Amino acid sequence: MPNIFNSRSKQLEGEIENYLDRVTTSGLIFYEGVKAYVRGNKTKFEKNFKDITALESEADEIRRNIKHTLYTFMLIPESRGDVLGLLETLDDIVDICEKVIEQFSIETPDIPDFLKNDFIELAELSSKAVDEVVKGARAFFREISMVSNYVNKVHFYEQEADDTEENLKRMAFHRKDITSFSHKVHMRYFAEKIAAVSDVSEQVAERLAVYAIKRRI
Amino acid sequence: MLKILFFLSSGLFLGWSLGANDAANIFGTAVATKMLKFYTAAIICSIFIVFGAVVSGAGASHTIGQLGSINQLGGAFIVALAAAVTVLWMTKAGLPVSTSQAIVGAIIGWNFYSKTPTSISVLSKIVGTWVFSPILAAIFAIILFYFVKKIIDSSKIHLLRLDSYTRIGLIIVGAFGAYSLGANNIGNVMGVFISSSPFKDISFAGIIRLSSVQQLFLLGSIAIGVGVFLYSKRVMMTVGSGIFKLSPVTALIVVLASSLSLFIFASQSLHDFLVFLRLPPIPLVPVSSSQAVVGAVMGISLAKGGRNINFKKLGQISIGWIATPVASALLAYIALFFMQNVFMQNVIN
Repeated sequence: MPNIFNSRSKQLEGEIENYLDRVTTSGLIFYEGVKAYVRGNKTKFEKNFKDITALESEADEIRRNIKHTLYTFMLIPESRGDVLGLLETLDDIVDICEKVIEQFSIETPDIPDFLKNDFIELAELSSKAVDEVVKGARAFFREISMVSNYVNKVHFYEQEADDTEENLKRMAFHRKDITSFSHKVHMRYFAEKIAAVSDVSEQVAERLAVYAIKRRI
Repeated sequence: MLKILFFLSSGLFLGWSLGANDAANIFGTAVATKMLKFYTAAIICSIFIVFGAVVSGAGASHTIGQLGSINQLGGAFIVALAAAVTVLWMTKAGLPVSTSQAIVGAIIGWNFYSKTPTSISVLSKIVGTWVFSPILAAIFAIILFYFVKKIIDSSKIHLLRLDSYTRIGLIIVGAFGAYSLGANNIGNVMGVFISSSPFKDISFAGIIRLSSVQQLFLLGSIAIGVGVFLYSKRVMMTVGSGIFKLSPVTALIVVLASSLSLFIFASQSLHDFLVFLRLPPIPLVPVSSSQAVVGAVMGISLAKGGRNINFKKLGQISIGWIATPVASALLAYIALFFMQNVFMQNVIN
């Protein structure tokens, strides 16, 4: 019996690690995608878009497998709900990363030069928030005392992203370089979309903090 | 034979109720949190209760025998019945009742009825142990809590692997808990029948010898096992998800701490070892597993900083130390009178 438990546990541990790797990668591709688009590197952007779409489907598939294994073999009955809750909210991060890149691909926004750096910085901060929240999720599984450290970092990056987003929107609306109102609104829309990645990361971090308290013995 | 079985029935009933109630102290959280299936828990629990009772039940039973040597089967029947009815009443009243306290009260009732003097030194030894056992369980729980926390924090063990180790731990510790329960509590169920035991020593092919007392204990522990199988599931669900909500890891600590407390008050070998080391021996006394569990849970609350200590539950335990034996003694005294004078059965020699 212990061997069966252990091999199944090890397999599932591997799947969870796999899933978390996918979430980290989605944050990285998201950042690279935005950067490529803003800098006008179309080929690289299209590759990033293709990669993130494939990654999103893979992540969904892995998450479904984990859910199935956890319920079929009655593993971690006490924290099963929390683990699935965590994986599902992490999935929201992958989804939004993919959606933002997709929106860039569909709407092809015209980014003026004076906003380019801010867009790239905003994407970088959001991507860092994703990275830290995934580190927090790993700590939830292995080193519960470290979770709050990562949660704090997510809060920090989310706040920084908020500031950059606000700055970006102010510039879009106050500078005379953008003449049409629709263009200003379009810039605001994309700033909000990119910042939403850090917002979702923060929501996951909030949950993570609660789950970590529950898991302390 | 039928008459003997009838007289033993009250002890078997007491055993059944012990199995129904006390198995939950060992496997309650494991079953309620779905870490173990009920039937896995019930099988392990029953086997190890029988094992503990037959192998190591003599020590604590001997102390019960010292309190009052009930020399008529009819008297033993009434004493066990009075204890069983008291346990049933107190359980219905929602108090953390102890079979040990009920049987001690009933024996004192018999002592009064038969005008046999009750040994104050034995009685004080028993009562002292009742108070000490939850405290000892709390101390064990605090030590184990810090130990386990340190291991978990430093080993960076994955949640899933911790889960599978906890399951294995719950099985092993549960088996130890069942063994300790059988060893410590069989005296409550069958102790009063020892002096009037109707059985003769038997031997199986000259290899396994069962004394008359061991046969009594075997019968009693089977009754406990039946109680575990037929009735403990409901109690397990209440203990596991109702009064004390424990995580599987804390449940493991609680079961181990309370089992150690029970084991210490039942182990003849430990007793002899301490005597050999010229240390004061630990008295072998049946104690309450429910109260040991409450003690262990309190210990964990203290280790976590003293929050959520259920003072009401502590008060109920203290009341139980007095109320249970008094109620049981009164009931035994009245029932002995009826048995002797209305049903014309000898209750004293």
